[in-house]
Amino acid sequence: MSLLFILFFPLVIGAILLVAKPKQAFAISLIASIIELVATLLVLKDAAAAENGLVFTKPWIEEAGISFSLWVDGVNGILIALCALMVPFIVATTANSDKANNSQYQGLMLAMQTALMGAFLAKDAFLFYFFFEASLLPIYFLAAIYGGENKNAITFKFFVYTLFGSLFLLIGLIYVYLVTPGSHSSDIETLYQTAIMLPEHIQGNLFLAFFIAFAIKMPIFPFHTWQPDTYTVAPTQATMLLSGIMLKMGTYGLIRLVLPMFPLGIITWGNTAVILSVIGIIYGSIIAIQQKDAKRLLAYSSFAHVGLMSAGILSQSLEGIQGALYQMLSHGINIVGLFFIIEIIERRTKSREIAQLGGITQYSYVLTVAFVILSLGSVALPLTNGFIGEFLLLKSVFDYDMILGIVAGITIILGAVYTLRLIQKTMFGNFSRITKDFEDLSAAEKWVLIPLCALVLAGGVYPTWILNFTEPGVQALVSLLK
Amino acid sequence: MTAIIALSLFGISNLFLGFWFPRKTIQLITLLFLVVSMALTVSDWNHELLWFGNMFRTTNTSINFSLILQLAAFFVVAFSKAFGQDDEHTHPAEYYAIMLFSVVGAILMVSFDHMIVLFVGLEILSVAMYVLTGSDKRNLRSNEAAIKYFLMGSFTTGILLFGITLVYGATRSFYISNIGTILTNTAPESIPSFLFIGVLLVIVGLLFKVSAAPFHFWTPDVYEGAPTIFTMFMSTIVKTASFAALFHLVSGIFGSLYTVWVLPVYFISMLTLVVGNISAVYQQSVKRMLAFSSISHAGYLLLTVSSKQITTTSSILFYSLSYTLATVVAFAVLILVSEYQSARVEKPENFSSFEGLAKNNPGLAFCFTISMLSLAGIPLTAGFWGKFFIFSDTFSRNIIYPVILAILMSAVGIYYYFKGIIAVYLKAGEIEKIEIPALFKMALWACTLGTIILGVYPSLVKSVF
Repeated sequence: MSLLFILFFPLVIGAILLVAKPKQAFAISLIASIIELVATLLVLKDAAAAENGLVFTKPWIEEAGISFSLWVDGVNGILIALCALMVPFIVATTANSDKANNSQYQGLMLAMQTALMGAFLAKDAFLFYFFFEASLLPIYFLAAIYGGENKNAITFKFFVYTLFGSLFLLIGLIYVYLVTPGSHSSDIETLYQTAIMLPEHIQGNLFLAFFIAFAIKMPIFPFHTWQPDTYTVAPTQATMLLSGIMLKMGTYGLIRLVLPMFPLGIITWGNTAVILSVIGIIYGSIIAIQQKDAKRLLAYSSFAHVGLMSAGILSQSLEGIQGALYQMLSHGINIVGLFFIIEIIERRTKSREIAQLGGITQYSYVLTVAFVILSLGSVALPLTNGFIGEFLLLKSVFDYDMILGIVAGITIILGAVYTLRLIQKTMFGNFSRITKDFEDLSAAEKWVLIPLCALVLAGGVYPTWILNFTEPGVQALVSLLK
Repeated sequence: MTAIIALSLFGISNLFLGFWFPRKTIQLITLLFLVVSMALTVSDWNHELLWFGNMFRTTNTSINFSLILQLAAFFVVAFSKAFGQDDEHTHPAEYYAIMLFSVVGAILMVSFDHMIVLFVGLEILSVAMYVLTGSDKRNLRSNEAAIKYFLMGSFTTGILLFGITLVYGATRSFYISNIGTILTNTAPESIPSFLFIGVLLVIVGLLFKVSAAPFHFWTPDVYEGAPTIFTMFMSTIVKTASFAALFHLVSGIFGSLYTVWVLPVYFISMLTLVVGNISAVYQQSVKRMLAFSSISHAGYLLLTVSSKQITTTSSILFYSLSYTLATVVAFAVLILVSEYQSARVEKPENFSSFEGLAKNNPGLAFCFTISMLSLAGIPLTAGFWGKFFIFSDTFSRNIIYPVILAILMSAVGIYYYFKGIIAVYLKAGEIEKIEIPALFKMALWACTLGTIILGVYPSLVKSVF
């Protein structure tokens, strides 16, 4: 029951917001997302106490063996936590803006949370697919209605591109589903047992189908062309949802579906996929260095980070998966914070052009500190949350192939280049015409940034708590691979 | 079975109602008639019976199809707005009567057990449609459409009849249950070869009606020329009935001749998918886009017709239902918008006249969006499960490449359906609040909610089919 609550509660409130259009949309949305966070933490506490996690199953399409089943274990627990944790922050970033009491905007964000939660919670493959695709609708409307210049064409490309990818996933899922014994079942654990038995060339093709779907979602080189434009044009909250949570559906899909289902497929194609991911890391970083638009720079940095996660996952080691899970959480926190800082700057100066900014630190000390802490988290400096994940990921890639590991390791340097350059050009130096008399942070903005910075530091100092939570689930998964 | 007798009587009485009652009342009475006939249809549930000298068979499948057809007719009548307030050039009583008659024809087509009943049903349905297509007498396009439809239709009828004759010549029977047994009991060498031509001609005759490529050329013009309300009728009822008939034939009697027709049918199905989807992309008019969309949906359905499994029947039923619900909403919104825009812009049926609909008509925009999403097959709508069942069903028979093509084509489909959504929500335009009659509104929301409910919980009807 509690699983049902955390799945549908945001949708119910979101629907109320969309239909009733109350005046106090911001307060309702914020309170709802905090209730959701508390409920999710309680669920996770139960899940950690239970032996095999929590499971909820009800028949859905009985004739076809498709069930409405949800579960929480070490693997998806962290993603549910991420989703529940970030949405209150994302909602809070709208405070005092024109979107705060826009009930449509808030309602769509909450609806999006349900779709994301659903994809992470699903224990049935078609239920996963259902939410995986359904999540496109709220985010599409968020980005398309409230987006910036040239939004129609860009968001449309985003929708078609990602949906096109998911269709490959659908083909693959149906294929495996039809191989399951008896009157078929689409339970993920049944699919594990079925898919492993498939011959190598079929597993190879299925791996490709699944990988393309997830690679487009994440995105991985060369399927990333929708991403920078969409991230730039979408309103900041939609960008946060996209980069902070939604792209993790792709990495989660790799861990949850691809690794345990197609071990032989990975033997055939895994190397190619890892190489593509590593190319993405370097390529994304180099392009990020040349960006003039701060939001676009962050988009490329997100693209680089996710490449490392994907490479670590596909190395199929315990460290790789653990690191990826940890990094998903950290990256979610860091990127949401960074996008918020860019939004704050843009609200005051009406510009995101790095060259036009500078000297903000003279006017807002807190903003600079927050920016530095979040950036260091993103660069993976020790004592920040990014370090733990990135270290584990790099180690796993290094163990997988030394040369690839070294190449991927360059990301730390390149990441430092573009992130520190961003800070330097925006925060320090002389103030420009538009940053003159930069208004200091409001209380609402501090309420978002300070907790986020605290999370960055806490995650860097005390990671064991989370790693211990994920370990049993990941262990079970890795033992499936052997 | 009593339903077709009742519907015929209702149709006749409808003609006389026009003498005494105002338009609105006739509309309500027609709706009542359809509810009664649906109840009569349901009363045959689980009674597998033969009627009229064994020429007509009621099975649960045929009852399900009949119900979908009558439900579609119900919504079309509900969306008809009683054909204007007091436009002396429209004749509601006659239109409603003809619609009821054509539903009789459609029911005959889904329940036949004798080839002549198929033929009679198809003719009742088609002749009624020729009349309705041309009902906007003073509109040149409507007249042109009616003539075109009539010429193509009668040509098709000839082909179908020729096919039936050849099949009869080869098997000496019109009864499909007999033909099936005769074909399975005859040695392959002693089957006369003209039987194969007959089978293909019958199939081609029906493919004309479902507007599969390359027999689709009449569709866009006829759909565009006909009054929108009858286009709605055509694209749901004619299509579903012809599909049910085609499925009944190929899965029943022609099942043992699988090898003869399966390749042509797959070829046609793939061609239909490509032609329908690609042509729809280039349309400026929503009505023409919906015409091509109906062609492409015929392609999806054709993928599955080649199997007699229970699951296939239920997939086709589910698909027909989801398609019907979404299509009637799309046409209903088109009716409202094009009526509103007819005095304001030159081409009221174009995408451009939908621009800015969401601003003052959020409900209408929502219904239209859901219907477009359902036609595109996006989750949360019935259309997703319709496509899902069809794909998994076809896939399970190891037909892989046509399914992959179909999936790629459904990605193309998103392009033109989203053109509608983008126009409604993202383009700037001035559309004031459109007045919607209460009955119209209820039907609109019923279809929309139906689409969503089936999208979230398809078992609701899937377990019945």
